[in-house]
Amino acid sequence: MVRFLLGRLAVLIPTFIGVSIIAFSFIRLLPGDPVALLSGERVMSPERHAQISAQLGFDRPIVVQYLDYIWGILQGDFGTSIVTKRPILDQFSALFPATLELATCAIIFAVVLGIPAGIFAAIKRGSFFDQTIMGTALVGYSMPIFWWGLLLIIFFSGTLQWTPVSGRISLLYFFPPVTGFMLIDSLLSGQAGAFKSAASHLILPTIVLGTIPLAVIARQTRSAMLEVLSEDYVRTARAKGLSPFRVVGIHALRNAMIPVITTIGLQVGVMLAGAILTETIFSWPGIGKWMVDSVFRRDYPVIQGGLLLIAAIIMIVNLIVDLLYGLINPRIRH
Amino acid sequence: MANNAVNATTSAEPSTRSRRAAEFWFYFSENKGAVIGLFVFLLLVVVALLAPLIAPHDPTQQYRDSILVPPFWQEGGSASFLLGSDQVGRDILSRLIYGAQYSLFIGVIVTLLALVGGIVIGVIAGYARGWVDTVIMRVMDIILAFPSLLLALVLVAVLGPGLTNAMIAIALVLQPHFVRLTRAAVMAEKTRDYVTAAKVAGAGHFRLMFVTILPNCMAPLIVQATLSFSNAILDAAALGFLGMGAQPPTPEWGTMLAEAREFILRAWWVVTFPGLAILVTVLAINLVGDGLRDALDPKLKRS
Repeated sequence: MVRFLLGRLAVLIPTFIGVSIIAFSFIRLLPGDPVALLSGERVMSPERHAQISAQLGFDRPIVVQYLDYIWGILQGDFGTSIVTKRPILDQFSALFPATLELATCAIIFAVVLGIPAGIFAAIKRGSFFDQTIMGTALVGYSMPIFWWGLLLIIFFSGTLQWTPVSGRISLLYFFPPVTGFMLIDSLLSGQAGAFKSAASHLILPTIVLGTIPLAVIARQTRSAMLEVLSEDYVRTARAKGLSPFRVVGIHALRNAMIPVITTIGLQVGVMLAGAILTETIFSWPGIGKWMVDSVFRRDYPVIQGGLLLIAAIIMIVNLIVDLLYGLINPRIRH
Repeated sequence: MANNAVNATTSAEPSTRSRRAAEFWFYFSENKGAVIGLFVFLLLVVVALLAPLIAPHDPTQQYRDSILVPPFWQEGGSASFLLGSDQVGRDILSRLIYGAQYSLFIGVIVTLLALVGGIVIGVIAGYARGWVDTVIMRVMDIILAFPSLLLALVLVAVLGPGLTNAMIAIALVLQPHFVRLTRAAVMAEKTRDYVTAAKVAGAGHFRLMFVTILPNCMAPLIVQATLSFSNAILDAAALGFLGMGAQPPTPEWGTMLAEAREFILRAWWVVTFPGLAILVTVLAINLVGDGLRDALDPKLKRS
């Protein structure tokens, strides 16, 4: 297992260096003067330009600049936003819990509905039920989620007036963040109605962000189950006279879950891409909306730092998924 | 079913190519969804090609006295704007019809760019191995480490908003999948006897790579190409929706949604129809992709 982990890290570290080179060089590839872009000052006297240039270290060789950048990152210095003048890591850690809460709810939504749907579709293969589920899954998989979000807003927030249109909680409630998870913080605050408000704000974004993972997980579970159900050991289990529930639930499901867990892990990247759209539609104050806003405000240090942080998160999650996969499926370790 | 297959193979030309085509169609047409998808897709192609003839209005013509007219079946709707008009009085149906041109164009160009780039790089990586392969695959890992839409968004921010740059960005993001598939297929084929035979017969590297090996690796690539086609349409629409893709007044479906966003609670039709057009197009292509996978990929063929 240790060798497996080291092997994974041997691939991961060069990838991370490559990602950091991309984040580092992107600001230097932009049309225009990087000093002006990074400082956010449009009109500068030559003296001021030289001063900022020296302050940012642009007068040194590019390799030294890169090493300096990496050294800063290792110490948690991702630069400073042009717009808010605040350190990027601070902003990221303030906004990330919102995205994490949304993504966690979305993945729970997708797993809780997707795995049973896939299992039943596989057991009842070819039935009306199977065809309906797989048809729905394909529609979900093809869904432009930004439109799906707008439709849900029209229906549930507009026509039925059941859910709010945007934000994380009603402005009536205010309490300091403890965990950063609004659902938990609202309970901790003890304010009446706060939890309900937080939950009602979360429902539509969860459905929108969870739709594609739900479709993918349902499809993957179905095909993994079909493969396993035709195996000899399942036939043996049936022949032994075990109840269908035991055969499907214990013998088949455990092995079918191996590819499904990988699929769930791969959804993390999909979710972070989806968060960009979902958070924009629902004005959800997370890192997806932060990145889009920064692109519009031309806040290049934030784009640079955010890109690196998001890529790092995805890489770490993929590493964890790989390790889990190695744990449940010993064959992969060799 | 079996009789059909026999008829299909015997009625076709005795050459292998048409026999293969008949076999392909047999497997493909077994999947009813795929046939429906193909039909819808061809219909969209026809609509896109005939757009100037069938669109009732010019897609950018603004009828200032007919702003936010509902679809014809609703109260206040009019027959001259079948699906209603938007916030500046443009006919939605005409914009959707012209939008089909953009979406299919985006799908074709992005897929071609990603496919050709991915195949060339992948064949080189799989054929050369060694450090060339290592460097190429690490670069692909780096591209895949970013969420595709985020990378495309940042690339467009670097290159400048617009449809062309959005297409380049999406092609760049989709291309590692083709590289990986091609490389894997080339590595599997490389040690086969027919490749050795061609090498002994004196075929050069270029010929071995692209003439001998590549045609035998096409099946997974074609399936991936259909996936990329639908992904390209979705991502381009998403970028358009974020204001980074095609710019107004282009009748691109994602851009139409972005322009209509603030009217969603007043006029449902301005957002419903463009999104529906995206969904139907992407769904049709994904259905075709499922059918292609069943028909082309022997490993997944129902046994």
